[in-house]
Amino acid sequence: MKDSAPKYLRLSGLEPLVVTPESNFVNVGERTNVAGSAKFLRLIKEEKYEEALAVARDQVEGGAQIIDVNMDDGLIDGKKAMVKFLNLIVAEPDIARVPIMIDSSKWEILEAGLQVVQGKCVVNSISLKEGEQQFIHQAKLIKRYGAAVIVMAFDEVGQADNYERRIEIAERSYNLLVNKVGFAPEDIIFDLNIFPVATGMDEHKRNALDFIEAAKWVRENLPHCSVSGGVSNVSFSFRGNNPVREAMHSVFLYHAIKAGMNMGIVNPTMLEVYDDIPKDLLERVEDVILNRRDDATERLLDFAESVVGKAKENKIDLSWREEPLQDRITRALVKGIDQYIVEDVEEARLAVNKPIEVIEGHLMTGMNVVGDLFGSGKMFLPQVVKSARVMKKAVAHLLPYIEEEKLRNPQIGDSKGAGKILMATVKGDVHDIGKNIVGVVLACNNYEIIDLGVMVPPDKIIAAAIEHQVDVIGLSGLITPSLDEMVHLAKEMQRKNFKVPLLIGGATTSKAHTAVKIDPQYNNAVVHVNDASRAVTVVGDLLQKDTSEVYKKSVKEDYEVFRNKFLNRGQQKEYKTLAEARKNKFQINWSASEIATPRKLGIQMIEDLDLSKLVDFIDWTPFFRSWELHGKYPDILQDEVVGPQATELFADARKMLHRILQEKQLTAKGIFGIFPANTINEDDIEVMVPSQLTGPNHESKSEGDRKFVFRTLRQQLRRKEGVADFALADFIAPANSGKQDYIGCFCVSTGFGTEALAQQYERDLDDYNAIMIKALSDRLAEAFAEYLHKEVRTKYWGYAANEALSNEELINEGYKGIRPAPGYPACPDHLEKLTIWDLLQVEEHIGVKLTESLAMWPASSVSGYYFGNPQARYFGLGKIKEDQVADYADRKGITMEKALKWLAPNIADD
Amino acid sequence: MKDIRSILQQRILVLDGAMGTMLQRYQFTESDFRGERFKDWPHPLQGNNDLLSLTQPRAIAEVHRSYFAAGADIVETNTFSGTTIAMADYHMESLVYELNYESANIAKKVADEFTAKEPHKPRFVAGSIGPTNKTASMSPDVNDPGFRAVSFDELRKAYKQQVEALLDGGVDLLLVETIFDTLNAKAALFAIEEVKEERGIDVPIMVSGTITDASGRTLSGQTAEAFLISISHIPVLSVGFNCALGASQLVPYLEVLSARTDHAISAHPNAGLPNAFGEYDESPEQMAQQIKEYLDKGLVNIVGGCCGTTPEHIAAIAALVDQYQPRKLPALIE
Repeated sequence: MKDSAPKYLRLSGLEPLVVTPESNFVNVGERTNVAGSAKFLRLIKEEKYEEALAVARDQVEGGAQIIDVNMDDGLIDGKKAMVKFLNLIVAEPDIARVPIMIDSSKWEILEAGLQVVQGKCVVNSISLKEGEQQFIHQAKLIKRYGAAVIVMAFDEVGQADNYERRIEIAERSYNLLVNKVGFAPEDIIFDLNIFPVATGMDEHKRNALDFIEAAKWVRENLPHCSVSGGVSNVSFSFRGNNPVREAMHSVFLYHAIKAGMNMGIVNPTMLEVYDDIPKDLLERVEDVILNRRDDATERLLDFAESVVGKAKENKIDLSWREEPLQDRITRALVKGIDQYIVEDVEEARLAVNKPIEVIEGHLMTGMNVVGDLFGSGKMFLPQVVKSARVMKKAVAHLLPYIEEEKLRNPQIGDSKGAGKILMATVKGDVHDIGKNIVGVVLACNNYEIIDLGVMVPPDKIIAAAIEHQVDVIGLSGLITPSLDEMVHLAKEMQRKNFKVPLLIGGATTSKAHTAVKIDPQYNNAVVHVNDASRAVTVVGDLLQKDTSEVYKKSVKEDYEVFRNKFLNRGQQKEYKTLAEARKNKFQINWSASEIATPRKLGIQMIEDLDLSKLVDFIDWTPFFRSWELHGKYPDILQDEVVGPQATELFADARKMLHRILQEKQLTAKGIFGIFPANTINEDDIEVMVPSQLTGPNHESKSEGDRKFVFRTLRQQLRRKEGVADFALADFIAPANSGKQDYIGCFCVSTGFGTEALAQQYERDLDDYNAIMIKALSDRLAEAFAEYLHKEVRTKYWGYAANEALSNEELINEGYKGIRPAPGYPACPDHLEKLTIWDLLQVEEHIGVKLTESLAMWPASSVSGYYFGNPQARYFGLGKIKEDQVADYADRKGITMEKALKWLAPNIADD
Repeated sequence: MKDIRSILQQRILVLDGAMGTMLQRYQFTESDFRGERFKDWPHPLQGNNDLLSLTQPRAIAEVHRSYFAAGADIVETNTFSGTTIAMADYHMESLVYELNYESANIAKKVADEFTAKEPHKPRFVAGSIGPTNKTASMSPDVNDPGFRAVSFDELRKAYKQQVEALLDGGVDLLLVETIFDTLNAKAALFAIEEVKEERGIDVPIMVSGTITDASGRTLSGQTAEAFLISISHIPVLSVGFNCALGASQLVPYLEVLSARTDHAISAHPNAGLPNAFGEYDESPEQMAQQIKEYLDKGLVNIVGGCCGTTPEHIAAIAALVDQYQPRKLPALIE
């Protein structure tokens, strides 16, 4: 014979497997065996062939060079199951590439298997158990079907259980096959029976050694054949002690392979690296395997007790990776594990006809589980966002294939998702955490999200809605001017004759505002949705064909009822005139009140604060709230319901925070000033910026004294007697008191770098971390404000130099003095920010800008005033009447129209 | 007559070219296909080329004759679709034995004429065994990958009938060809082994797979080497590839075979790849020029043509192979 075709065992699936003397040990996958795997048996019994296929696929991916398929079980039709399973395997190129070992004790099953596989298989097994005639007959057919064969060391007398019997049966079988049947000797594989050792019975002591020696004899005396066996048998007596079993398998294989065993069934997870076996264990195991001492078994048993429990503790449990494909995908989605999703999705893609089927099938099946768990309160928002991250990665992997498929079959067109939803943060507003979360959760539910981002002008929203033919428009806003933008957009939608539902969300929005201000502007459905889980139900109801009309109608009616009730209730409230309210202002006895003189007047700038100083100032409760986990930190971590999730989220947040600090990913900048001030004209605060005050750059201001006036608003709602009607101006000594008072103002930001990081995460399809970085940088900005306030109290102003408050006390505002922020309840007018910006030259100095709606950009910024009086307190302005609006416009020097617009959310309806 | 095995040691044998391409030249009509005998057959018959062995036997003989005259050593019987499975399209399952028998007969008679005239160049008839129109290891239903339109046993029985008829009709060898699903071929080979055993004969077998495209795999997904291993249990005369690709495109796969088998190697490629009209327009000279690479590399022992090839192509190939030694074969047991 030519050298080109030496007598090697050659097998084939779709691809060849040639076993040469140089080949490594051939590993046969054994999990597609109903006799050996309870799980596989269950899958076959339940006819879950899809999942059963995944078991096969996992083995091939796990490195099995041959897969053993066995359907011998009393409760299943083995022949039918074998044929069905093999037919399915053949249709899976990633499985069918390896040769198949058809495993059965029944000839009819073996033959049925041989009839459905095109490649060269291995039959497992035949033997002389039923005599020569049957052996020869079967061997001849196997040859004719074109398969290799495993011959068990078994004859009419029984199973070979010692060295002599093994070689006797092997030799006899070999001669019959080669000489009588004409079987190619290289196609013969002997299974020389691996039996347990260390059973306590003397006759078992040589079980391993006999196998090893017989293997050596067979390889030396029966040319070209192979030797195989099922390795786990050898350690049978140590069931439950995996460390010992793993060591036994390695030791056995080490010696058996040296002797010539070149193929076998080995569970790769039950194998220790020979060299890694501790020396004392190794010695005892080798004593047993090689039968080196009479007391080998006892010694190993004694030792084994000490090895129990020392099992590998640090291993991450990856057993779920063994599960069927759909289970793995679902698990990855539910648990938010993105590590394997691309490989799993690729596997799914290869298994389906069109890549879109993976999305519609595997992924949606998983996301439905996520949706159900979320809907039933068993999963929480951070988990869902993590699920979405996995989903996005999966979809991103599939997209090129889907595009390719579209090119190939353009007539099929897009698979229709659940619907298209346009999302935007309205013009002038920069806050998008909530919007992003809602978008992510909706996307998880198979909606296509067209996210226009932040500060989106209405014409762009309208144009995009038309262009993309969206099914729903969702608007978000955090600051009050955004409410007007939403009203404006509703009007525009009506003008353009839109029919699609409008969703309203964001911190400043409310059902009341939506019902009263937005809903009347638009003839179609307008729904206020303020959390992600509700968004899913609402959008579902809006778009579901059979419920849509009814739902829209009921929403419309509901809002009308709500609106009427609200308006009627509003009429029952009574307001004072501004003059009345002013008479009832909050009185501070200025003559008795001691006003602390600031230690350092003027403007200070902090250009690059060490972020680690802020960590202790973080108020975590709102952080959890932004993820829709409700509860107070730190109690929330122990919460019965959301505790585990909060703990996990917190760990992720701390991890990211650590990285932010380590890598200085964000820059913190701040500017603040403390100035002489007095209240004038009841509600205004006049701020003196004397010429000798230095600016942050220590340039002397040459233009002389400058005056700024902060305008404050006063409560007008009639409440019970004895309760003052507050305005912030009440906390500053009036000019006519003869006392010099002071006020401060500030702006801090930790948002420099946030957007870039978020975009980076978004590019990596990682919404979870994109939202996380924004939420964290918001927290840091608040912490910065808290930190700076403390610095001001204790150092710069110094009225509370001896203050010693815990973080908790800080958060509970247990300090003296307040730092209210324009746009918030005590001073809802955002226009006041312009004064602060002008006074501190905020944009010029630290780069924080104001949008047209007076939102700060970067978003993670905080600005406000400092009031140092011990009696200063936070309050909510509530509704005011038009007399105050007119007065305010007049004081401020703006038109009534402009005042109405900016104060709208606070103006009481008549 | 000298045994083909020993002739293969000495020279490269030439296989014929396409039957279908030649029959197209006759422009047979539906009634030509039917002839007198099947004029009332209830189903359309045009396109059933195998039937022409019964209704237009002279044309079939003429095609064989022209290939032998062009220098072919082996012609294939007009039985590519001669199984009950493939004939079911025409409801002619009952005619399968006769079709194969007559086709073999026609070819054998022509071969004998040529052998008598040129005893130094004996002519052989290979019984053509096609893949049928069903696959045993692929589902025709994309939504049901576990479904099979035909079973191994159905194929085995159908092939057995064809093999018996071909042998009865006098073929010298059997050519299992255009194998796009190795399992179909294994059923054919299984049937042949059964017949060989039953009749106590040792008919030479040629096996020829089809690599469908540049993926280098059969339609059922096997690589060239996996295909070779899958049929290696049969003591074949030759193994090779035909159809689907032109001569040049087959080279890498012939190289795989050549490096891994001790059997003779055959190749009968198409006349290039089909043009925009589905026609093969590679000229005899162009094709021969590519076949020359096989010869220069010593890759083949049997060479001929498949779709689109004509006696002119075969003549060009025959003229070429005369100048070359065959691929070296290990000493065969005489």
